[in-house]
Parts: sequence; C-alpha cells; structure tokens
Amino acid sequence: MLMFAYLAATVGLVQGLKYMGEPAKAKLGNQVAAASVLVALAALIYATGRAGTANLLLLLVLLALGTLIGNMWSNRVAMTAMPQLVSIFNGLGGACAVVLGLNQVFGQATPMDGKLAGTVLLLTNLFGAVAFTGSMVAYMKLDGRKLPRPSQGQKLAARVLLVVMVAALVYYMAWPADAGAFTWLILAISVLALLYGVYFALPIGGADMPVVISLLNALSGVATLFAGLVFHDPVMIIGGILVGATGVILTLQMCVAMNRSLSGVLAGTFKGGKAAQAEGEQELRSITAVETASLLAFSKQVAVVPGYGMAVAQAQRECFALQEMLRQQGVDLHFIIHPVAGRMPGHMNVLLAEANIPYASVKEMSEVNNTMEHYDTVLVIGANDVVNPAAENDPDSPIYGMPIIRAYKAKQVIVLKRSSAKGYSGAVNTLFDRQNCKVLFGDAKASLEEVINELKRI
Amino acid sequence: MEMSYTITPIDGLFVLALSLLVGFEVIKNIPAVLHTPLMSGSNAISGIILFGGVTQLLSTPIDQIWTIAAASLAVVLGTINLAGGFFVTHRMLSMFVVKRKPTAK
Repeated sequence: MLMFAYLAATVGLVQGLKYMGEPAKAKLGNQVAAASVLVALAALIYATGRAGTANLLLLLVLLALGTLIGNMWSNRVAMTAMPQLVSIFNGLGGACAVVLGLNQVFGQATPMDGKLAGTVLLLTNLFGAVAFTGSMVAYMKLDGRKLPRPSQGQKLAARVLLVVMVAALVYYMAWPADAGAFTWLILAISVLALLYGVYFALPIGGADMPVVISLLNALSGVATLFAGLVFHDPVMIIGGILVGATGVILTLQMCVAMNRSLSGVLAGTFKGGKAAQAEGEQELRSITAVETASLLAFSKQVAVVPGYGMAVAQAQRECFALQEMLRQQGVDLHFIIHPVAGRMPGHMNVLLAEANIPYASVKEMSEVNNTMEHYDTVLVIGANDVVNPAAENDPDSPIYGMPIIRAYKAKQVIVLKRSSAKGYSGAVNTLFDRQNCKVLFGDAKASLEEVINELKRI
Repeated sequence: MEMSYTITPIDGLFVLALSLLVGFEVIKNIPAVLHTPLMSGSNAISGIILFGGVTQLLSTPIDQIWTIAAASLAVVLGTINLAGGFFVTHRMLSMFVVKRKPTAK
C-alpha cells in the first residue's frame, strides 16, 4: 500500500519537475509535485501511524504550523526579495537535516547499524550543515547586510575545514570506532560543516550569489538523499537526487550564461580583477528627463534593458506605464533581458510579469543581440555590467568574455543611474565613453515618472 | 507485511543511479525565464527531508521529551521549506500566467 503510494508520488515528482521546465505547464508542474509529496506524506503517516494518538496529533499540529509559516512568508515577501526567501527556505531544509542527524544519534530514535549507515549519517549532517549556514550567508549578502569583507583568510579557512572534514570521514571509514567516538565525530563534523558553510559563501562576490544559491540547493538535495538512505525511504532518495541533479544543471547553465567557470565562482575571483580599478573618474554625459522624453517620442523602436537597480527602485510599474504611453504614440517598446540580470536568472521576467508587461514584448538577449542597431533608443535601467562593451573588447576587464547585450549598437543609449558608481563587478563601464551614450541621473522610478509626465505633454 | 517497504543499501544505489539519469534527462535545456521558479520548486522538493522527522516523531514514545522535541523541530523546519517553497513557486508562476493574456488596461 505504502509502496504504491510512493510509486505514484515518484512518478508525480518526475513529471512535475518536467512540466516545471516548460513555460506553459510550469504552474501545473508545481502543483503536481506538491500533490505528489502530499500523497507520499499521507501514506508514510498511515504506515507508521500505529505509534500513538499523542504523536499523531503533535505531528499534525507541527505540519500545520510549518505550512502556515511557509505560506505567510511566501505571501508577504516582495517579488524583488524572492531570491532571499528561496535562500532562507533552502537553509531551513539544511538545518532540518542537521537536527535529524543529531537526533538519530543522541535520541536513538532508530538503532544505528554498521559503518555504512554511520558514514551516510555523517554525510547527511555535513551536507545539511553546509547548506544551512551557506544559505544564511547568501541570504545576508543578497539582502545587503553588513558582512566581513572577502579575504584570503576566509578561503584558507574554508580549505582547511574541508580537508579536516574529509580526513575525519576517511578515518571513520578506515578504522574501527566505538559508539561513543561516533557521537563525538558527528558533533565535530556538524560544527565543522556549519563553519565551512560560512567560510565557503563569505568570499564569493554578490554578483555570483545566484550560482551559489543554486549550488547550495543542490547540496540540500544531496543531504535529503543521504537522509533518505538513513531512513530507508525511497521517496526521499529520489526527491533528493532530483533536486541535486536540477541544482547542478541549473548551476552550470548559470555559469555558462555568465561565461564563468564554476571553479572561478567558487574561488571568488574575477579574471584579471586588478586591472580594472586603476583608472580615474570617467566623464559622463548627462541628459535631462525632458530631453529623454522627446528622444523617445521621436523613436520608432525603443528597448529597455532592466537590471537589479530597476528591482531595487521598484520601477517595473513605471516601465509598464512607459510602454503604454509610447504605444499610444506609435512607438514600440521591447524589454531585453540578460540571462543573469538581477540576482537570479529569470528574476527580471518575474518582475516584469508582475507589472503586467505583455510576454511578447519581453525579449531574451540572444533573440535581439544581432539586430540591436534597429533600436533608436535603448534605456538601460539599473543595469551596468550586462551592457558593458569592455566584456567584448577589453581582455583586462574583470568581466571580459561575459556575453553582454549590445546596447552600444543602438542609435542612442540612455542609462538611468543613481550615481556614478560602478557595477557589481567593479569593472569600469566603457559604454559611457561612447558618443551615443548619455546618463539620466536619479532614482530610476522618479526619473521614469518624470519622463512619462513629460511624454504626456508632448 | 511488517515494514515491507524498507530498502537495502543496494536497492538504494540502484534508485540513486537511475534517478540521477532521470534527473539530468528531465531538466535539460530549461529556458532562462524558468530558472528561478525551477530552482524554487526543486528547493521545495528538497523539503521532503521532513519525512525523516515524521518517521522519528512517530516511532518515538511520546515521553522521550528531547527526542520528540528535536524531531518536532525538524518537522517544522522541513515543512516550512516544503510548503513555503511550493507556495512561493506558485506565486511566481501565477505571474507568468497573467502576462499571457493581452493586457487591455
């Protein structure tokens, strides 16, 4: 009976994930996956439910509590803060693995048998702990909290911790250890792995956080997989692997999109990172909102390149208003999305969708990059590195080699910027040196509002 | 019928190898638009680690306070991960649905 339910749930999970990769069926996929987990959970409770009414009641209350908290958080969070929330959820899953592993040893909820089981349990805690603290650091980085600056010391600490943990695991597998030693070992591994998570995530640059979150997601999947082996639970094993595999593929796809190697991301280095900072102040040509409005009004094809700055300024609704405004005047406005714009792939798409911007006007970078010269005006809103031509022609630039949106090929580029600060990577943006580039200073939202008001008057 | 669903380590390895292949096969070539929802959705699925907490909670006598407490904590943490993940993914994907309709405002 349980097996049949598990079989159904497994098929559901795989199918759900498959649907989640297809735009038209993604929502259904999510529901199928959720329903599959529910079915499996019900079957599991039914099969083990002989324990006692008190246990069962407690369980139901706890499940309800967790669901309530999860629902509340996910409803309250602003769409811009989505990556942070995913990071927190992932961290909690990791924490869950650590608690489970320790409880398995100290509470002797179920007896431990043999070295293989012990190793698997240690690995559960290791991966869970790294996913937990790593996700928390990633969350704080994304949320702009104050953290110690990246340093060589942190990378060194991470490496030492990793070596010690691997050594401890090998020691455990190779030499006989009694039960008393095992309790110390799992405590030590848990603490070391918690520390490792922190030192692993700290030195990695904020721009690389999407990759890190995706990787940590894969790690928590692996933790689930090992926990599944501990509890002899096939659905946990399969779910864990699916998550692990998704996480790894997504991580690699993101690296490809940024033209960074995974090892480069993990080492926390941008290629040739030193060359960039030496140069002096760039001279920026500024433009007023009035001039911008008239430029837009006389254009035929306009594109907006949004970045994290648009998300921070919450300017997506103004983007929609601008699009409507221009449409009435016969001007076509596209949105061009860089694969890693914002803090997560697809982040910008979610934000624009939230503001009701029609799907057809949102273009992927690869769709339009060879025809950029057709655009009369390109507005870059809160993006920087993803339109920096240095990525194409300056081998010394830290972002050299990253695919960019060729905004510089448009007849006129207007960059909406709050200040003359550099992009996330710290690279000098040579776009500003181009003759066809002007800067509209100010908060993106306020600037857009001004432009829209100006357009109304024309 | 006693615990007929338990699996041996070898079974586990079979499951592991096969689901790894399935996993890679299922999620190849995802459009970038869906990266965030997919990450969020698969993150939710990793919340099924709470099953471990459920097993612990249901197989421990209720008077073993500390074990029960720890298992309870695990269940709550796992449930937040699981439920929250699915809710948040649903919310994200709902926004994609909105945009497929022609906007008439």
